[in-house]
Amino acid sequence: MAHFTKANSLHEWLDQRLAIDKLWKVLAAEYWVPKNINFLWAMGVVLLTMFSILVISGIFLLMYYKPDTKLAFDSVNYTIMQEVWFGWLWRHMHAVAASVVFLVIYIHMFTGIYYASYKRGREMIWISGMLLFVTFSAEAFSGYMLPWGQMSYWAAQVITNLFGGIPFIGKDLVVWIRGNFYVSDPTLTRFFMLHVLLMPLIIMAIIGLHFYSLRFPHVNNQDGEEIDFDAEAEKYKAGLKKESKVIPFWPVFISKDLFVLGVFLIFYFYLVFYHYEFAMDPINFDPANPMKTPPHIYPEWYFLWSYEVLRGFFFPVGSLSAMDMGLIAFGIANVIFFALPWFDKNDEVAPAARRSGFFVWFWLMVIDMIILTIWGKLPPTGFNAYIGYVAAVGFLALWAALPAVTARKKGLLGFVILMTLALYIAGYMEYAKTLGNGIVIVALFIIFYALFFLNPVFVRNRGGAQ
Amino acid sequence: MKELKILFIIAVLVGITYWGIEPYAHSKMHPHHEPATFAYADLKPLHLKGDPKKGAQAIMNNGCTGCHSIASQHIPAPMDPVAASASYGVRPPDLSNIAAVVDHKFLANFIKDPVKAMKLAHKFNAKRAFPMPNFYGSDQDLADIVAYLVSIAPKELSPKEAFETACGRCHNVRYDKWTVIGEKPKFKTEVQKADFELKLAKYEANLKKYLGTTPPDLSMFIRSRGPEYIRDFVEDPQKLLHGTAMPRVGLTKEATEKVIAYLEKVGDRKKEKRDKLGVWVLLYFVIFSVLAYLWKQKIWRELH
Repeated sequence: MAHFTKANSLHEWLDQRLAIDKLWKVLAAEYWVPKNINFLWAMGVVLLTMFSILVISGIFLLMYYKPDTKLAFDSVNYTIMQEVWFGWLWRHMHAVAASVVFLVIYIHMFTGIYYASYKRGREMIWISGMLLFVTFSAEAFSGYMLPWGQMSYWAAQVITNLFGGIPFIGKDLVVWIRGNFYVSDPTLTRFFMLHVLLMPLIIMAIIGLHFYSLRFPHVNNQDGEEIDFDAEAEKYKAGLKKESKVIPFWPVFISKDLFVLGVFLIFYFYLVFYHYEFAMDPINFDPANPMKTPPHIYPEWYFLWSYEVLRGFFFPVGSLSAMDMGLIAFGIANVIFFALPWFDKNDEVAPAARRSGFFVWFWLMVIDMIILTIWGKLPPTGFNAYIGYVAAVGFLALWAALPAVTARKKGLLGFVILMTLALYIAGYMEYAKTLGNGIVIVALFIIFYALFFLNPVFVRNRGGAQ
Repeated sequence: MKELKILFIIAVLVGITYWGIEPYAHSKMHPHHEPATFAYADLKPLHLKGDPKKGAQAIMNNGCTGCHSIASQHIPAPMDPVAASASYGVRPPDLSNIAAVVDHKFLANFIKDPVKAMKLAHKFNAKRAFPMPNFYGSDQDLADIVAYLVSIAPKELSPKEAFETACGRCHNVRYDKWTVIGEKPKFKTEVQKADFELKLAKYEANLKKYLGTTPPDLSMFIRSRGPEYIRDFVEDPQKLLHGTAMPRVGLTKEATEKVIAYLEKVGDRKKEKRDKLGVWVLLYFVIFSVLAYLWKQKIWRELH
């Protein structure tokens, strides 16, 4: 047994047993972060705060919520919203946080893309982050079903139905997910379990992984500069705070984060109290009615871009129906960001502004995803269908082009652009019905997908400028 | 400076996305309609001046009270709600408060030709008659009847009373214990409860047969439709939901506002509290941010 002397204070007593001083150093006081950062680096702390708000408000809601199709709607809209002391506040906070957390996730994600924080040793940070994106999506989707309103029901009906597109097992899979042939009580109870138990457990574990994955490659900085963290930390500890390129997490980094967090929470609570319709869709205050389809069914805003990739394909290609084409693209869209470190074919870690081709690619991607998001909500009628197609093909084309862009292969890039334009023209002919579905469009799509899948495999990494 | 530039870019991108998925998308999903004027301009005004005393007589002579009660004048309903719904589909309204919620021009036109005033020609026609017959008396009689109904109507109605007269015979409001056959009482025995529920079920079944659909419970309509939609919808249901079984009920602007106030009290009872508390929470975080900024400045001063 280790030797213990009498402790002179509670602090010392705890330190002897739990090494809290050392733990604090490792986790905060001597956890080093680059100094050269801007407020985008505070999004992690903002996200952790939002997740905490979701967990805490969720616990309060859980005390009154009833996962039963006959009781769910009233337990939320009457018991929680009107009877329970401040129940309305918890519900508004929960619903708005669930929506706003995705805004911060997207900012966090695109910050990572812009500053190239996903490669050269930071791949696991990126992958664990993307895992969080996927699990948060599952968490949001299952949670949206719980109030059992019209959109809860119909979004669940439409989205679970998508799994039916998977070859061979699709139909059985849909029944397995729903626990019935249609969305009903067993669906609600299992999504309730997913929402309050399984998904939160998985998310918490992955958050741990995400933080851990930062330990070795360290946090990136505004210039993508490679920093010798040990040497810089020594400088800081020696009192050369001005010269050192790093700062400790506590109190320096967190002092800035708290300010950013404060400003963000002003925005968040403004939404909670005065501007919540975007997160609490009015249609969902109508109780679920399987006999009455709402005129417009759409997912929550953060799923709109991938939903539009699905809807963008409005005509059959060869023996594949429009739905099959959409599902293939949708399936790709949902996982493709995981592969970003391998679609990027150079090792240069620098902000996009200093990577000329990539800079264009980055902003095209942002614009394309905004277009997909907006057109994902608009009714897909008339010319909207073609715009959706252009944006959906554009999304895939950007990925097909990324290896060529980052490896600076102009010829290959030109070919991808040419194929994309050919698909745009062919799609327009389908839209205008001037040309029936022919062998040409099948061939175009085969070449297009070949470029998409083969470019990241065969284009060689051109190394790094560092 | 650079950070403000980044913030500006993010704000613009978020703003564009928000505009696209909220105001713009909704304007595409719900085509624009003219806001309610409550003028009922398609109906002819009645220029004659009526005499309430003669109106009281005309009400008797024309047999109005054969179906309608006028509780405030001690004229009881000839049938209980369930029997009335079996005969007419819905219980005929009590006339005590009717002129306090319904526009007077509308009222005259309604008595003369109910189906036309309610814009329900797609539901009731030569093949299927509306339970209330057209009025074939003189315009003077009509003016007298309206004058009488106006004379007995209370000057001021509570939001709940306005709702009961205007909407309460077709719509339940379960969050306020309102049912289409009246306020749900506190039951002393299981038998009383079962008896009430049986009556309600029978009435609702008759109502469904009559309208072809069960009118929705309005408990959460203030959140699911919002005050503007409710106002415009009540003024002219066919304009917003073509083919609906909901009649134009001819409410005045004031009565419609009362109905909305009632629905807000039932479906969004915490609104006032929310609006008040919000200010304090925001103030808290403004102070929080200022303090956090000062702390940050203090710590970062020695770093540059």
